[in-house]
Amino acid sequence: MSEVIVITSGKGGVGKTTTTANVGTGLAKLDKKVVLIDTDIGLRNLDVVMGLENRIVYNLVDVVEGNCRLKQALIKDKRYPNLYLLPSAQTRDKTAVTPEQMRKLTDELREEYDYILLDCPAGIEQGFKNAIAGADRALVVTTPEVSAIRDADRIIGLLEANEMKKSDLIINRIRMDMVKRGDMMSIADVVDILAVNIIGAIPDDENIVISTNQGEPLVGTNTMAGQAYMNICHRVLGENVPLLNLDGNNSFWSKFTSILKRTK
Amino acid sequence: MKEGYKNLFDIFKKKTSSDVAKDRLKLLLVSDRANCTPELMEMIKNDIINVISKYMDIDADGLEIQITQTEFEGNDEAVPALYANIPIKDIKHKE
Repeated sequence: MSEVIVITSGKGGVGKTTTTANVGTGLAKLDKKVVLIDTDIGLRNLDVVMGLENRIVYNLVDVVEGNCRLKQALIKDKRYPNLYLLPSAQTRDKTAVTPEQMRKLTDELREEYDYILLDCPAGIEQGFKNAIAGADRALVVTTPEVSAIRDADRIIGLLEANEMKKSDLIINRIRMDMVKRGDMMSIADVVDILAVNIIGAIPDDENIVISTNQGEPLVGTNTMAGQAYMNICHRVLGENVPLLNLDGNNSFWSKFTSILKRTK
Repeated sequence: MKEGYKNLFDIFKKKTSSDVAKDRLKLLLVSDRANCTPELMEMIKNDIINVISKYMDIDADGLEIQITQTEFEGNDEAVPALYANIPIKDIKHKE
């Protein structure tokens, strides 16, 4: 049975695209057949985060308008046999697509893919309505900041109003050093405020910047963020994985350095 | 405003910035979730003025209303409340 998942947040810049790229790649690594759809028409970004920007021929709007067949627009990620990207159009705007057209598109993709991930644009207008139209469940991304949490709350309300079956929260860019000082809201604080199920917490990890520079999602690598994203993938599949300890002592590198320190 | 005064005192008890953020968000989300537009709040305010004015002389310009949270008796969880501050000019019954 295939599942259509929308990654949304309300506020921009909290990590929707990075999350879509990493969760999608992670699910492909776990042998699921995955297609990522960039629904941010006019501001496409998922292609660069995935490192597939040079391979775009057709895009989402071309498919919807019938300028090409769906298969022609799908870019196969050569690094993973099960991973595909449907890029967004850069020269059009959100009104180029309707929610009905999106629903039709996702239904067509259901026949072939296990997971269809939709990278939602920021905001609550047409782009958001298009992205959520065909989705079975939502991953709401936020950061531990008042503005992002407020927008996440609004989005959760709108998802409920649109009868989204399931909404789970991802808290991105947590800095445990700041949480300990009392200068950043903790995972528990955010969950308490938003009263929604949490599916993962991602530490603020500079490896994310490096991986985006290189166009290679870091899910599953020996980095804090890479592990946290892989855990989310397992939870998406319905497995029960405890939340990662974000204190920085369970990454390969810190284990390695702590062994060195001990032997000194 | 009981809640507000309590918060004020808490500030002197060396509140961390994350506590401040949490408290601000909790209040903010109550009014966000209530989905009261400024127009609706204005209508409620005018109706309150009309009702109370039947019985006493109030300062209509000084009246403030806001949606906030309050502790409900026998309930640990805070519940939304409509708070109104209505300054009275003259308590005597109007004829």
